[in-house]
Amino acid sequence: MITFDQVSFTYTEAHRPTLQRVSLDIPEGELCVVVGETGTGKSTLLRAINGLVPHFSGGTLAGTVTVDGRTTRDNRPRDLADVVGFVGQNPLASFVTETVEDELAYTMENLGVAADAMRRRVEDAIDLLGLQDLRDRSLRALSGGQQQRVAIGAVLTASPRLLVLDEPTSALDPAAAEEVLSALARLVHDLGLTVVMAEHRLERVVPFADRIILVPGDGAPLVVGRPEVVMQSSSVAPPLVELGRLVGWQPLPLSVRDARRKAAPLRERLAPIAPPQRSAPLVATEGRREAASARKLTVSYGPVVALDGVDLTIMPGEVLALMGRNGSGKSTLLNTLSGVRRPTRGAVDLDGRDPQSLRAADLVHHVGLVPQDPGLLLYGESVRAECQTADKASGLPPGTTMRTLDRVLPGMPADRHPRDLSEGQRLALALAIVVAPSPALLLLDEPTRGLDYPSKDRLIGVLRELAGDGHAVVLATHDVELAARVADRAVVLADGQIITDGPARRVVCHSPIFAPQVSKVLAPEEWLTVEEVRLALEDAVPL
Amino acid sequence: MTRAAAPRRRSLHPVAWWLWAAGLAICAMRTNNPFLLALIGVVACVVVSARRSSAPWSRSITFFLRLGLLVIAIRIVIEILFGQRGVPGHVLFTLPRVPLPSWAAAVSIGGPVTLESILDAFVLGLQLAVILLCFGAANSLASPYRLLRSLPAVLYETGVAVTVALSFTPELVQSIGLVRQARRQRGIPIKGLRGMRGVAVPVLESALDRSLQLATSMDARGYGRRVAVGMTSRRLAGGATLGGLLLLAAGIYGVIDGGSLFGLGLPILAAAAVLCGVGLAVGGRRTARSRYRPDPWRQPEWIVAGSGLTALAAISVAGALDVPGLTISFSPLAFPSIPLLPVVGILIALVPAVAAPNPMASPTTLPRAQGGSETDGPRSREPGEQRRPVQPDLSGVST
Repeated sequence: MITFDQVSFTYTEAHRPTLQRVSLDIPEGELCVVVGETGTGKSTLLRAINGLVPHFSGGTLAGTVTVDGRTTRDNRPRDLADVVGFVGQNPLASFVTETVEDELAYTMENLGVAADAMRRRVEDAIDLLGLQDLRDRSLRALSGGQQQRVAIGAVLTASPRLLVLDEPTSALDPAAAEEVLSALARLVHDLGLTVVMAEHRLERVVPFADRIILVPGDGAPLVVGRPEVVMQSSSVAPPLVELGRLVGWQPLPLSVRDARRKAAPLRERLAPIAPPQRSAPLVATEGRREAASARKLTVSYGPVVALDGVDLTIMPGEVLALMGRNGSGKSTLLNTLSGVRRPTRGAVDLDGRDPQSLRAADLVHHVGLVPQDPGLLLYGESVRAECQTADKASGLPPGTTMRTLDRVLPGMPADRHPRDLSEGQRLALALAIVVAPSPALLLLDEPTRGLDYPSKDRLIGVLRELAGDGHAVVLATHDVELAARVADRAVVLADGQIITDGPARRVVCHSPIFAPQVSKVLAPEEWLTVEEVRLALEDAVPL
Repeated sequence: MTRAAAPRRRSLHPVAWWLWAAGLAICAMRTNNPFLLALIGVVACVVVSARRSSAPWSRSITFFLRLGLLVIAIRIVIEILFGQRGVPGHVLFTLPRVPLPSWAAAVSIGGPVTLESILDAFVLGLQLAVILLCFGAANSLASPYRLLRSLPAVLYETGVAVTVALSFTPELVQSIGLVRQARRQRGIPIKGLRGMRGVAVPVLESALDRSLQLATSMDARGYGRRVAVGMTSRRLAGGATLGGLLLLAAGIYGVIDGGSLFGLGLPILAAAAVLCGVGLAVGGRRTARSRYRPDPWRQPEWIVAGSGLTALAAISVAGALDVPGLTISFSPLAFPSIPLLPVVGILIALVPAVAAPNPMASPTTLPRAQGGSETDGPRSREPGEQRRPVQPDLSGVST
């Protein structure tokens, strides 16, 4: 279906080729997952399939890419639109029309499909992806998961033989991601479609994959093979695979079901050991003043109530994971705690002050928020200029922010433009800017979006360190593995109300949606991470 | 197999609304009777309030209403300041004269202001305001997106560019809100020149990013695919369009200035229309586009367009018959008579308020029960909230 023959690609003005002598053959009806760290060329590989690289990106491509017997040399992306359906990272930015139904028909209109066939295929796509209630809705009013499903439907109606998706679940909560992935799996199994997708959150996609393409980067050759084989030695791997490698399971289990079947002896071995207590017991914090509290917080946008009477107390030195589906009010809660949004009713207490009454320049010393898109905070010409602006704005001695940045991520290129940083570096810079004035309360909105595993590890280390220094850290996240590794306490929001509040271990282990893979395998024992299991096994008496 | 049972919201063909509005607007050009003009304005407003949807553009009528009032006010103020003097009438008050040098003798400032001149100015302003209101009514009633979809195939790509521009404006406003929020987070001022730059740079950067992403998506989805057509056909399309446009210019000149071109204005216009039509049709063959569920033209469309054109016909007939009261004069000062035929005609244009399908009747316009989407601000707009144009929420921004 797709053939790469000795393909090399170099971006204009780049010193090294992004792809080097890539040869690849993807047969029909496969679900391929492209994995690798950020910046290794996953997106470039995906875009080369339908000719966006090099027709749209510029640069030099050597070798031949053939899709369904047509080469990208002779066919522009628009000429391949009937064979390849391409879904980019941000579905909202890819929408051309206004309503769901028009968007579903857009590609077919360009291809000149007859009116009655269009009508039929739109209805089929609506049924296949469960869009019945959305057909007349404005695309901009949809939730992230709905938008992603519409974006898939919009290329599907052109009946392509091949779907290419770039991180289709990165913005989605676990349930919505499941929904999108199972829709894709169904397309592969029922229609024989070929699907190629890139994804960072391997725990979500590996169980569905027929084949993994590992892009090691630095011009090293691709590793292609069955998931259980590639995962054996992959530099990026989901927790399940790491657990399997630790215990030495053969073949590697890729789904929770496979792992559970093999895990009985491990569970037995771990049974006498109590999982480590991570959360600081609340008794110990008695007498200490809370870092922040919210009383009967209600926020509404017009007729929609986003937060509904939320009571929350956050202690210093605590890492709190805020979870819940898309639209449950997580971002609103963070924005209200940080003083960006004025509550409709109720009040926020930041160490005895109301954030609404503080001047912006004083506010930064009490609360800091890293937004979902850290790029929003950055506008300077270089990393150094950014840090100097931050020092001046918050009245810090010159150089403070730069030193903080060095602690968060050593070796940042100080002359680089913030736009040219990698996702992880950008997050580190935004985090340093927010942390430098040493706010008592640190808020992070969806910090792991687009982060690869090494950047995520570093983030976790930094957050634990900050908590150790006495900062209260609140992070809103869909990433259950992150919450499992870093949080002391978990709060679950639904429809603007807190439905669960307790130690992270108890909260996530008892939720079928928010449980991390390790805990699903080892239930009913409450283990959260591979690291915990590793330490426990080292201490345990060998059988 | 279960199909969605909810009927698609039926919205009237946008061209029908524009014909209706054009009919009313031309009516307003043909009369200066303030009562007839007011009646046209009222008819337009009633139809809009009965048949507009909850879409953002439906609010544009208020903007045009305000613009109309402004036009009337400006017209009267100008008349008071610079109006023609020396016409006898009922003097209301006298402004002090401002002496002007001799080369500006044609302009006079100040002097006696008569009731007649103010009434004249008011009627002229009212006429312009009502024409604007008719335009606003069409804007409020017909979706600009659906109107663009009715363009001929040749103009399709231009249409898409306009659509994209239309949808970018609210996103730009939203993005400004986000950036201002983020900057307040950092304690950086958002006012003044430096503040403006700090907001503008990230907003423009993200807008650029987004347009690149959109262009990628459009290309990958087949935008701009061409069908190979012969050189003859392309030359024919180009030649016909160019010739048609030239003839169009000549024809309009001929029609306006009845004496020139041997009175051939109308025939030339007709030839121009045919040539342009040929050009569009032949040129359209290059794109292999098809159209998804084009707006049908059925009975309601005929009724709506017909009612507007009936009003126009009534006024035209009245004009041809020299019915008194169609064009009036305030010197000598007299109460204008109200002619029956035009009034009946204009009232017929009220029919769409009942005959057009109601876009709000569909169950799909009910607000969602669930909370908004993940990001705050305008993206989480709910249908009920969409009536307001998108605004960034800056409630947290201190001054």
